Amino acid sequence: MRRPLHPLHVVLLAGTIPLFLGVLFTDIAYFNTFEVQWKNFASWMLVGGLVFCGLTALAALIGMVRADGRARKSVFYLLLLLAAFVLGLINAFVHAGDAWASMPLGLVLSVIAALLVFAATWLGLFDSRRGEAA
Amino acid sequence: MKFSSRLLLCACAALLCACGSDPDTSQYGASPKLPDPHSQLLPTMKIAKPAQWGNRQPSVPKGYRISAIATGLAIPRQTLVLPNGDILVAEGRGGYAPKLTPKDVIAAYIKAKGTSSVKGGNRLTLLRDADGDGVYEVRTAFAENLNAPYGLALVGNQLFVANQDAVVRFDYQDGQLNASGSPVTVTGLPFAINHHWTKSLAASADGLFLYVGIGSNSNITERGMTAETDRAMVWQIDARTGAHKPYATGLRNPTALAIRPGSVELWAVVNERDEIGPNLVPDYLTSVREGAFYGWPYSYWGRNVDRRVRPENPQKVAMAIAPDYALGSHVAALGVAFSAPTMGAQFAEGAFVGEHGSWNRGVPVGYKVVFVPFRDGHPAGDPIDFVTGFQVEGLTWSTGWRDRGSARRADRRRRFVEYDLARHASEVKR
Repeated sequence: MRRPLHPLHVVLLAGTIPLFLGVLFTDIAYFNTFEVQWKNFASWMLVGGLVFCGLTALAALIGMVRADGRARKSVFYLLLLLAAFVLGLINAFVHAGDAWASMPLGLVLSVIAALLVFAATWLGLFDSRRGEAA
Repeated sequence: MKFSSRLLLCACAALLCACGSDPDTSQYGASPKLPDPHSQLLPTMKIAKPAQWGNRQPSVPKGYRISAIATGLAIPRQTLVLPNGDILVAEGRGGYAPKLTPKDVIAAYIKAKGTSSVKGGNRLTLLRDADGDGVYEVRTAFAENLNAPYGLALVGNQLFVANQDAVVRFDYQDGQLNASGSPVTVTGLPFAINHHWTKSLAASADGLFLYVGIGSNSNITERGMTAETDRAMVWQIDARTGAHKPYATGLRNPTALAIRPGSVELWAVVNERDEIGPNLVPDYLTSVREGAFYGWPYSYWGRNVDRRVRPENPQKVAMAIAPDYALGSHVAALGVAFSAPTMGAQFAEGAFVGEHGSWNRGVPVGYKVVFVPFRDGHPAGDPIDFVTGFQVEGLTWSTGWRDRGSARRADRRRRFVEYDLARHASEVKR
């Protein structure tokens, strides 16, 4: 029934999760050390994560349309990606606050966004794997 | 899913709440009302739109006249009136700050819209009105190939110039039109990054010491604590040997220094931190007390802790003293000059302060030259507008959107020189 994800779609998805994880880990490092360079890394990875996440969401939307929107799971998949994107975008503005102004809200958002991307990746690839089996 | 969308709603609501209005702008004097700080998802901004003067002129009080005495300057900064009435204008633009974050990239783009595209002159221009008719017919490059010169001071026959990386010295004889040679370095100054690059300068009343204002390397330590070594302070420099020490610290960006006439007191105008609200933190005019700590970065206006700074330092906060006189938040004072009785009764005792104008406010403030009246050597009363009209109808800005300070002309012709703008120098006469 369902086709596996297009390789380009997988590349975009596979790029999203390490970037969001990177934001999370560098935010934890900044939270623990006050070393502002960690926050600079986090801010850039957040931009990268938004680009990849946004493109993945676009790929998911295209995939959903091509699957005639029948798969309920692909709707969840898309919504998770969109939620991660919006939260990441807010987080980017939070991270634009100077020095500790981004904390602790920035870290909280990084945790939630990383979890959302994790869930989206799980759902996306799980679906895809099932599609392959079918 | 529901959870995440609810959270999203909360975040959006928080975003909306963050966009407050900026009500009360009157934060003047020794104990300004300080609202609670609030973080904004997007800092409130209004970027000046540079425009040409055309036939327009800034306004001055009745009985005074203002006229441009030089145009086409390459980013004029501080001025110095020499004993014979000649005027030196330092022209330049400095800073080496790399763009470290996505915010730096975006902010640079936005702020570039409000600034002149003219390249800094890296020179001192000399202007002379030999016959006293108000036209400065002589114009020479007194010195060139300087590195973003800013502060100027004359002690006897020695002219000191604060470049963005060093204090240098020229020999100067009365009436000289060009420097007689390359300058001698008195002492190097901290110049790495140079986020706030302007090095303000004043000489002590006896001429033995120089004071140099060194701005911070960030708004509020976002470039890291090590970048702030030897920053946000005023140095005292032995004019003869170049030996130096911190004279006062915790002054975020001391953009202009002056000795109050008839005293030995050093005064400064200082630009305070941004992005905690339209009415925080007031920029100020203060006497600079030797050994004092004025709060930056840990606290503002005395002991009001800034939570954006980590690690915290309660000991430093406990030491912090409040400055003398608030000029209002975000006015961005860039020049200070004490007045003299020749300026007329209303402006006889006090200090003129040039205000570059705000970016971090929805309703712009500054963009004018104000007079802070003094009584018995202390500020007494609200600032009085002296030169206005740099900003017209909210969005239209004269070229003079950038008034870069002021200098008193202490000669018999009773003139006051006020310079401004990206390209002009003008003079106020009585």
